[in-house]
Amino acid sequence: MIEVSHLSKRYGTHLAVDDVSFSIEKGEVVGFLGPNGAGKSTIMNILTGYLSFTTGSVQIDGFDVIESPEQAKRRIGYLPELPPLYPDMTVKEYLSFVYDLKKVRLPRKPHLEEICRLVKIDDVAGRLIKNLSKGYRQRVGIAQTLIGNPDVLILDEPTVGLDPKQIIEIRSLISRLGKNHTVILSSHILSEVQAVCERVIVINRGVIVADDTPDNLSKNLSGDHSLVARIAGPAREITRLLASIRGVSRVTCLGKKEGESNDFLIEPDGQTDVRRAVFERLSDRNWPLLMLQTNELSLEQIFLRLTDDTGDGAALFRKSQPAPDESVRAQAAAVVTETRGDEPILPDDAPDAEQKERDA
Amino acid sequence: MSAIFKRELRAYFTSPLGYLVLAFFFFFSGLYFNLLFSNNYAMISVVFSSMLIVVMFLVPILTMRLFSDERRQKTDQALFTAPVRLRSVVLGKFWAAMALFGLGFSATLIFQVVLTFYSDASWLLYLNNLLGIGLLGSSLIAIGIFLSSLTESPALAAILGILVSFLLILADGLASMISVSWLRTFVEQISFSARFNTFTTGVFDVSNVVYFLSITAVFLFLTVRTLEKKRWA
Repeated sequence: MIEVSHLSKRYGTHLAVDDVSFSIEKGEVVGFLGPNGAGKSTIMNILTGYLSFTTGSVQIDGFDVIESPEQAKRRIGYLPELPPLYPDMTVKEYLSFVYDLKKVRLPRKPHLEEICRLVKIDDVAGRLIKNLSKGYRQRVGIAQTLIGNPDVLILDEPTVGLDPKQIIEIRSLISRLGKNHTVILSSHILSEVQAVCERVIVINRGVIVADDTPDNLSKNLSGDHSLVARIAGPAREITRLLASIRGVSRVTCLGKKEGESNDFLIEPDGQTDVRRAVFERLSDRNWPLLMLQTNELSLEQIFLRLTDDTGDGAALFRKSQPAPDESVRAQAAAVVTETRGDEPILPDDAPDAEQKERDA
Repeated sequence: MSAIFKRELRAYFTSPLGYLVLAFFFFFSGLYFNLLFSNNYAMISVVFSSMLIVVMFLVPILTMRLFSDERRQKTDQALFTAPVRLRSVVLGKFWAAMALFGLGFSATLIFQVVLTFYSDASWLLYLNNLLGIGLLGSSLIAIGIFLSSLTESPALAAILGILVSFLLILADGLASMISVSWLRTFVEQISFSARFNTFTTGVFDVSNVVYFLSITAVFLFLTVRTLEKKRWA
């Protein structure tokens, strides 16, 4: 349905999209994921023919966007980051205008009414767009993409700025639309992509850094499943004990939780299941095991790992674990140097976060 | 094209802009006609040539938001991702502005009818005047649309537009101050008012028609190119 090959877009000296290739089959729901300024919107603007590109080719349903733009555009419904609404028109007038603009041949009244029902804006059809709430505007924006029943829907951050209830509504709407359309949506909200999409393309600095299902991404990146254990007892001794278990390659103390107990991150070597051994060794010493869970990477962590410029994977632990206090941090660092002295764990993430802000 | 035309024409009347511009047109043309009539002078051309200065101010206001607002509101993303040629978008907006401009001069029809009761006012002269003002208007509208495509600020587009139409309409006034002869001839040649005034005297000169039409075509073409260039920026 969509074929993008070796696409590059240069703004002056800045390379916004760098040799991007992917293809999307009919009926797929694909999420573009990436930090702000990664090039998601630029790629979407290129797919829809709003922007041109420097090198490469883009085909929509076999039609080249440069050579036969009208044929290609006819197959796409596009919701830009800011819905393209005229504030001084009523919803009905606006949709009717888009209907004319797109030269749709379906029967006007039933078609527009059906769309209004689908996105639930029939109750505001007579109101001026400037008087609508953000949620309704977004829905009018989505309604606009559906006019003419295009095969491909391209939605740029469709839920940004909405309240949680509206987000859920829009998401379920997108899921429903995904049954009959090929959908590409972009987001920097990871749970959204996880909830709606069957395929994720992670983009950072104009380059595709991953292209897979959300599940596979999570599986491949987390590798051997590490464990998080909450144990009551002295942190230093427990760390040493756990590290001495056969099959454990690294142990990190994550700090105090629930009074006197501590959380530990246990990373096995990948071949052995260490859970049983962990339980037995702890019970020998009478240190109660309060919790043991596998530490699967959430999409959020994957995202940070993939888009982390230093590439050291340290960013992994930022979101899932609250920062331990200073003493434990020092302790953890000590343990790390002991067991595997190459990578810093729990780095000070402030400068890095600032860097990301700047990039955006 | 018709979708854009209809939307723009409606937009003039969903904001005060269209009404305001029309009110100015009607007020001033009525005023000039009144002066003419009360002086027992049955020459419709005077109304038209007096209206030049009003046109100079009103046309840039008519065209100022045609493209600048689209960019500011990001609605251009809907226009340029729809299966429509850029040319049709530009022409749709051009004809909407032309329609309002034409409406502004609709009152002159009444004046002409009134004049025919009191004198042997020539309908051919009236039509020639109408043609002249229409051609001059189309040139100014094309320039205004072009300026509007350059900026996101309607106010800036309007100010630039007034400045440019001021220069073009009053060019022959400027020409008399130029001592270099070839430059003076050039400025005289581009003057809108000199060319328009031949229409008011009842002369139909094809060169003037071609001149105004060329200006219109060139600036509409430049608008299309400007919008096209933004895609490559």
